[in-house]
Amino acid sequence: MSIQTDVGQGPLSRPDAVPVPAPERAARRDPAPRRRRVSRHRNAWEGRPSPLGQGVKALVLTIVVLIVLVPLYTVVLTSFSTTADVNRSGGMVLIPGDLTIAAYAQILSGGIVTRAAGVSVVVTTVGTILSTVVSVLAAYGLSRPGSLLHRPILFVFLITMFFGAGMIPTYLLVSNLGLIDNLWALILPGAVSAFNVLILRSFFMGIDPAITEAARIDGAGDWRILGRIMMPMSTAVTAVVALFYGVGYFNAFFNAMLYINDNTLWPLQLVLRSYVLQGVTLPGSGTGQVDVATGAVTGLPVKMAIMVLALIPILLVYPFVQRHFTKGVIFGAVKG
Amino acid sequence: MPLNRITWRDRLRRDRSLLLMTLPAVGLLVVFAYVPMLGNVIAWQDYSPYVGITNSPFVGWDNFVRVFNNPQFLHAVGNTLLITGFQLVFFFPIPIVLALLLNSVVTPTIRTTIQSIIYLPHFFSWVLVVTIFQQIFGGAGLVNRLLAQGGFSGFDLMTNPDTFLLLITSQAVWKDAGWGIIIFLAALATVDPAHYEASAMDGAGRWRRMWHITLPAIRPVIILLLILRLGDALTVGFEQLILQRGAVGAGVAEVIDTYVYYQGVVNGDWAFAAAAGLVKGLVSLALVLGANKLAHVFGEDGVYRKS
Repeated sequence: MSIQTDVGQGPLSRPDAVPVPAPERAARRDPAPRRRRVSRHRNAWEGRPSPLGQGVKALVLTIVVLIVLVPLYTVVLTSFSTTADVNRSGGMVLIPGDLTIAAYAQILSGGIVTRAAGVSVVVTTVGTILSTVVSVLAAYGLSRPGSLLHRPILFVFLITMFFGAGMIPTYLLVSNLGLIDNLWALILPGAVSAFNVLILRSFFMGIDPAITEAARIDGAGDWRILGRIMMPMSTAVTAVVALFYGVGYFNAFFNAMLYINDNTLWPLQLVLRSYVLQGVTLPGSGTGQVDVATGAVTGLPVKMAIMVLALIPILLVYPFVQRHFTKGVIFGAVKG
Repeated sequence: MPLNRITWRDRLRRDRSLLLMTLPAVGLLVVFAYVPMLGNVIAWQDYSPYVGITNSPFVGWDNFVRVFNNPQFLHAVGNTLLITGFQLVFFFPIPIVLALLLNSVVTPTIRTTIQSIIYLPHFFSWVLVVTIFQQIFGGAGLVNRLLAQGGFSGFDLMTNPDTFLLLITSQAVWKDAGWGIIIFLAALATVDPAHYEASAMDGAGRWRRMWHITLPAIRPVIILLLILRLGDALTVGFEQLILQRGAVGAGVAEVIDTYVYYQGVVNGDWAFAAAAGLVKGLVSLALVLGANKLAHVFGEDGVYRKS
């Protein structure tokens, strides 16, 4: 059973955007044709687009990009602004005035936000490593054709994709295991995603069997084949799967809402919800209220700084994994 | 293949490291996915957390009868279907249009830059997305301030039940429309340029080429995603809705999942909530399998096929 349409073949078998070498470039013997790939060769039959059409297209795409970027811009800018600037603009800041890192100094000076950031980092790190390792192992274990019991075990994974146990019995189980107010409750219940295992499995199955056969003849066992051959060949897919897990752990707020009552164990998303979205004042939090005497930044910049804190890890990892998306995602989503 | 002639014992010896590798994942799934599935027996019990599953008395189908006679549950089902239907009509086409638009950009640098930017919000948590919307469209948000400066009266989009459907759909679009284009772009990349060339020779213009070549090429993907969406019809943005249920009220924001959460975890009516959740799970399962069947009928591969 596999998710399958023929579109998945495209981006993998063929590199993206293969440039059709323009004849005049070949004639000029361009010294760096790869880096000079400014524009795709436009076929003669395509004709030149009308300036109006070009203009409309450019306008629409610019608006789309702005719709994504402007909210982020104003959040980040507000987090670096002084209270005075925030008051002057009457809320979110669009035009930079005096910039300050006071809001960050305040939330990171200990207190609940600092702890929440720590909890989020720990849960995300431990969870991602655990999930990725377990999934890679399972995916390889299930990827060898004809191995003992691989069909029934595969079935065990597939069922979980189609039928979830439900929130109530899961809650009761976690609670009976004594995991309430324990960070493992944020990791273990969702540690294995059958979908991610299938992404990896189909990638392993796609690797030329001649390579693994050669290794086997040279005396390599399954552990060595996985570690020395499969892993190096599948870093892109593994990175994407790890990113999916990592983003899942970092962004999850509902599990924490269910299982974590003790606010010193709250992850960042829960702090974000309570303090920023619902406007609850947190106790002993370093998100202190107006303090005119010390000139501390209050209110909005602090809230926006917490948001930025929740954004940073994603913005940090994104550029590195981003280029693998199309490959990894298409492979998994379509060929599963 | 001599495979069949190997004895079971030999296969066990040969594949023991493979079995060992799957063990941790299978263990986690058994404990955290299969044991809770069995835990659904409380739906047939008069469950009390003090005596546990083993000692709670069985009451037959009483809980299910209560679920189906409960106007709030039926209201939540209605809301769920309304939200899914609305998003199907107003969300689903957007990634396709975006992908077509982006595909027509000839400069690779610009194309990949725009792609990386519009993928980004997919990786933000719902808390973050809802908070951003609140800061922009809320009563004290950016848009309202700008409107006030221009002398217009303000509005609060975040707490208005009448526009809630629009609000959550635009949040979903902002978060995931960019991500949704990946699959369509991949499908578009596989179209053989020879088709375009041939049709251009026959005098087909830009729009005719799109209608007769590009769209048919991505048709299987469109149908596949449509079916997946239908199969998922009872699961609409749970985190998104539970975050905003307080602000707009249960009238418009209550879906099956939020209802189960409030009945079970908040009100402590465990057995009733488990029954409601089980009904949802089974209907969802039927929808996925049914939608897939439908795909086969239409001659598409669907979500899976036997292999």
